Amino acid sequence: MTGASSGIGRETAIQCSKLGANVIITARNVDRLKETLSLLNGNGHEMIIADLTDQEDVERLVRTVNGLNGAVLCAGKGMTSPFAFSSRDKYDAVFDVNFFAPVELLRLFIKQKKLEKHASVVFLSSIGGVELFTPGNGVYGASKAALNSTMKYCAKELAPKKIRVNAVNPGMVNTGMIQDGRFTEEQLALNMEKYPLKRYGEPLDIALGVVYLLSDASSWVTGHSLVIDGGITVK
Amino acid sequence: MKTLDEFVQLFAEQFEETEQNQFTPSTDFRSLDEWSSLIGLSIIAMVDEEFGIALNAKDFRQVTTINDLYSIICGKINES
Repeated sequence: MTGASSGIGRETAIQCSKLGANVIITARNVDRLKETLSLLNGNGHEMIIADLTDQEDVERLVRTVNGLNGAVLCAGKGMTSPFAFSSRDKYDAVFDVNFFAPVELLRLFIKQKKLEKHASVVFLSSIGGVELFTPGNGVYGASKAALNSTMKYCAKELAPKKIRVNAVNPGMVNTGMIQDGRFTEEQLALNMEKYPLKRYGEPLDIALGVVYLLSDASSWVTGHSLVIDGGITVK
Repeated sequence: MKTLDEFVQLFAEQFEETEQNQFTPSTDFRSLDEWSSLIGLSIIAMVDEEFGIALNAKDFRQVTTINDLYSIICGKINES
């Protein structure tokens, strides 16, 4: 589980631990990752500090793990930038974390045979860039569109190994990613009204979708984008 | 660092249909017909590009005029 120090990653790790999984959590922030570790149910869990944009950290992380039955690629960053101002460096910053990091990590897991047969891989994607195109979100959206596409190619290519690959595509979820001051309370309240179910998501809403995709309950599901969005993308 | 007049000019450039003469330091920018949240995002991006300062939603909430915004930017530059 990447991005496990907060938000959706943390809650997913907790839910997996409650269902008896041995979880390996990874993130950059020591204190927050330790806190996640302390919130997990049961024993047999591990934490690994790593910056997924650092090739050496990634290789160390891959070397450390073995016999994975699942991988949840959750680490990500948001960005608000109108198209005219979205210079290459902005795309690079977002793509490095949102696209190249999870893709390279999965690639190395596959290359070095770290995933067991019947393993399940879940990418944390988004409705943004895939189903919904909000002005100002183009850089973030492009990274998620790329991730969604790669998810489907991986689903096809890894099927012979019986490895399933899916994505969860959340709408707006109450995590640090949206509560960092970029939106006013009023903007959030107005936006929330557009959701048929009249609220934003909670990390638990998303975590349980990931759990479904990791579990045998979804054993005939691969290449799927599981939209969990309070109905906002219904046309 | 850009002057107030240069800032007013840069502010005006984010609009397409509003007359140049509508933009003065005392302009209440939210009352302009063309004002939208998307233009607001462009202003934030322009300020980041031209001043290296990241404005957030709270900064915007406190201001009414173009000059108010310029003052906030100057304040942040002095802090950094």
